[in-house]
Amino acid sequence: MSESLLDVRGVTQRFGGLVANADVSMQVRKGEIVGLIGPNGAGKSTLFNAIAGVRKPTEGSIYFEGRDVTDLGAPQRCALGVARTFQVVKSFETMRVVENVMVGAFVRTASAAVAREKARATLDFVGLRGRENAMAGELTPPEKRRLEVARALATEPKLVLLDEAMTGLTPAEARQGVDLVRAIRDRGMTVVMVEHVMEIVMPLIDRAVVLDLGRVIAEGPPKEIVRDERVITAYLGERHRARSA
Amino acid sequence: MTTQAVAQSLASGLLMGLIYGLVAAGLALIFGLMDVVNFAHGEFLMTAMYAAFGLYVAFALDPLASAPFVAAAMFVFGAIVYLGVVRYAMSASANAGMVQIFATFGLGIVMRGLAQLLFTPDYRSIPHSWLGGKTVQVAGIFLPAPQLAGALVSLAAFGALWLVINRTDFGRALEATREDAGAVALVGIDRKRIFALGWGLGAALVGLAGAVLAMFFYIYPDVGASFSLIAYVTVALGGFGSVFGAFAAGILVGLVEAATALALPPSLKYVGIYALYLIVVVVRPRGLFGSL
Amino acid sequence: MQDADPRLNARRNNLVIACVCVALIACLPLVVKDVYAQNVLVLTLMYAALSQSWNILSGYCGQISLGHALYFGAGAYVTELLFTKFGVAPWFGMAAGGLVAATIAAAVGYPCFRLKGHYFVIATIVIAEAGYLLMLNWDYAGAAMGIDVPVRGDSWAKFQFLRSKLPYFYFALAFAFVAWLVTWMIEESRWGYWWRAVKDNAEAAESLGVEVFRSKMAAAALSAFLTAIGGGFYAQFVSYIDPESVMSFQFSLLMALPAVLGGIGTLWGPAVGAAILIPLTELTRSFAGGSGKGFDLIIYGLLVMGIALGRPEGIVGALSRRMRRSAA
Repeated sequence: MSESLLDVRGVTQRFGGLVANADVSMQVRKGEIVGLIGPNGAGKSTLFNAIAGVRKPTEGSIYFEGRDVTDLGAPQRCALGVARTFQVVKSFETMRVVENVMVGAFVRTASAAVAREKARATLDFVGLRGRENAMAGELTPPEKRRLEVARALATEPKLVLLDEAMTGLTPAEARQGVDLVRAIRDRGMTVVMVEHVMEIVMPLIDRAVVLDLGRVIAEGPPKEIVRDERVITAYLGERHRARSA
Repeated sequence: MTTQAVAQSLASGLLMGLIYGLVAAGLALIFGLMDVVNFAHGEFLMTAMYAAFGLYVAFALDPLASAPFVAAAMFVFGAIVYLGVVRYAMSASANAGMVQIFATFGLGIVMRGLAQLLFTPDYRSIPHSWLGGKTVQVAGIFLPAPQLAGALVSLAAFGALWLVINRTDFGRALEATREDAGAVALVGIDRKRIFALGWGLGAALVGLAGAVLAMFFYIYPDVGASFSLIAYVTVALGGFGSVFGAFAAGILVGLVEAATALALPPSLKYVGIYALYLIVVVVRPRGLFGSL
Repeated sequence: MQDADPRLNARRNNLVIACVCVALIACLPLVVKDVYAQNVLVLTLMYAALSQSWNILSGYCGQISLGHALYFGAGAYVTELLFTKFGVAPWFGMAAGGLVAATIAAAVGYPCFRLKGHYFVIATIVIAEAGYLLMLNWDYAGAAMGIDVPVRGDSWAKFQFLRSKLPYFYFALAFAFVAWLVTWMIEESRWGYWWRAVKDNAEAAESLGVEVFRSKMAAAALSAFLTAIGGGFYAQFVSYIDPESVMSFQFSLLMALPAVLGGIGTLWGPAVGAAILIPLTELTRSFAGGSGKGFDLIIYGLLVMGIALGRPEGIVGALSRRMRRSAA
């Protein structure tokens, strides 16, 4: 077994009376692509935010590279090597595309020249070459998704958190997205992705963690997951039954 | 210092506080409805005071009698300002926050300039109003009659506002719009109309406050500045957008001001209010009565 | 590095243009001999610098402050208190004023930077007003009577000139250039990128390693420091200060408006805005004169409204957008 990169231990997140995550534990090993799946309202985004450091969990702790990072905020976690994208894209609209990516690069360097070079290379990598000097606000929605990924990659992360990065893409665009995620892993980064579009995710991921009503109900390789009774009832239930009927 | 003096000053503080609440009500209403701060609020008040003054000069109409007319005129004015200025500021493509601030700010400057042009910077006052100089004695405390009337007008206005918000279709539409502007469009409520009416209502409340203040306060082009500052503090204390929070905060501001005046020289009378504001900003940034 | 970066070229061009402008403006006194006109020039340069300072916090970092009169007043008062009470030369006084203002900005920012949008704007207004009230009542600093700067004879050492406005003019020019240069350097620095990211989307900025709160504090401190230098300069220039003349709300507005007019968050916006706004204000004021007081306000207000509604990106912003479009 390769070493653990991310270790979520007993994370519970309460909002008033509502329990969004209940005693969630999961591990991510180096070099994996892990899918975080579950029906709407399962607590995926909440868990995502806890891992990214946006909101400290009510209970439990989070370890990154063996270090307790529970008390660290998003910027510090980014400095340690955790990067994320947002489900609803949050571009810096009044800045140019390359400048958007430079913001990410600046976490590793103080030099604008270095940051600019790295931003360019990263934009090449995600397939936004030639759009560098456009304003971020002028990009198409799929381009904005790529920009988010580029920005995150420019922080030189060890762990990349992708929040529904494929949502709203056409099948062709989604296939390119899949290639991009593979390319990210091939560069030695670990990927955790929240995704709704099961058809896309299942062939891509090494392992799935299934959340329902804030709890982990199943965990394993995609092939096993799709056969898991609890998963079928919780998530695939209706469609599966509809298909077999 | 006797308890008599303390009671006397707290009583006038209470009256002033109710009037402050009325001054701030329109600001709070508009902010709550559409997340816009009217930085010309003080000038709205100034306009209303000049309107009351004008009606007094032209028709010898006492501010108490002209208050409904001033409020009605301000209602129209508020709606026009929304339709003519604020609507465009809200649809700005760049620097949206900045646009709202400076569009209303610019409007306020223009209004002040017009007031100077039309009425000169001189201080005016209404010398012989019905209640001017009269006092009412309650349990050994002397209450100035104009302030007392103003406080009663404020209470009546808040009562009516409560009824409007809770008992009318317009009030329900208002509540729905402030909760979720997007969904409202789906339900078929005309947002533009609600916003225009909201601005009208907010301006009408300032109109009442202006008429009331005209009874006992000097009227001059810059008069709005100090009142708008108190209104901002009141609204910030009450929790932005909470009309009844503004009511309670207004009373609090009036009382704190009176208490400060007891302890410190008159030139420092606002110190207490600022201190209160700073404490609230640090401890409870959303205001005393604002929900998170 | 075959393909030259258009942006780096633009930066170099900007610097060249700025140097040429400074050289040309420095020659203006050869033509402009009228004392009143020289006075307007000094004020224009001063407001260009002040608005440039304001632009750092409000334009680049997006935290709109309408309370910069507080920092302006701090600079003026620290300079003159040190000068009149302790005989400290205004040069050190201005530096000390800058540090005091930066400290105040940090103290104000600590609670206020948690506030968003309008809440923040109102907090800056109220806090500046509270500072004004305190100065009105602080007897040691002359309270409402203010401070009369004692005459010590014309000298650069004391930064005091009674016979000619020119030394003030050159200082104001240098000040405006330095404020511009600071902004120019910020634009291509890590802080500059972080501030713009904070302005556009604070949450995304945090996810990319930007310490949002610390960024705002840094922008506020730098902005306040530069503003206070202007305050110290103004005090020496007019040689009399009181709370009304250096801390009233109109200063906060006058620092913001050139940037709003010229283009908020742009390098040239404040300078362009000041070059239009300040002479215009002075002109309307002198034309309208005593009788029609109010005309200046009306023109002024209409200009502010017009810019806010019609060209929210400001003159410079609108021009650069047009250039980008024609290039594309």
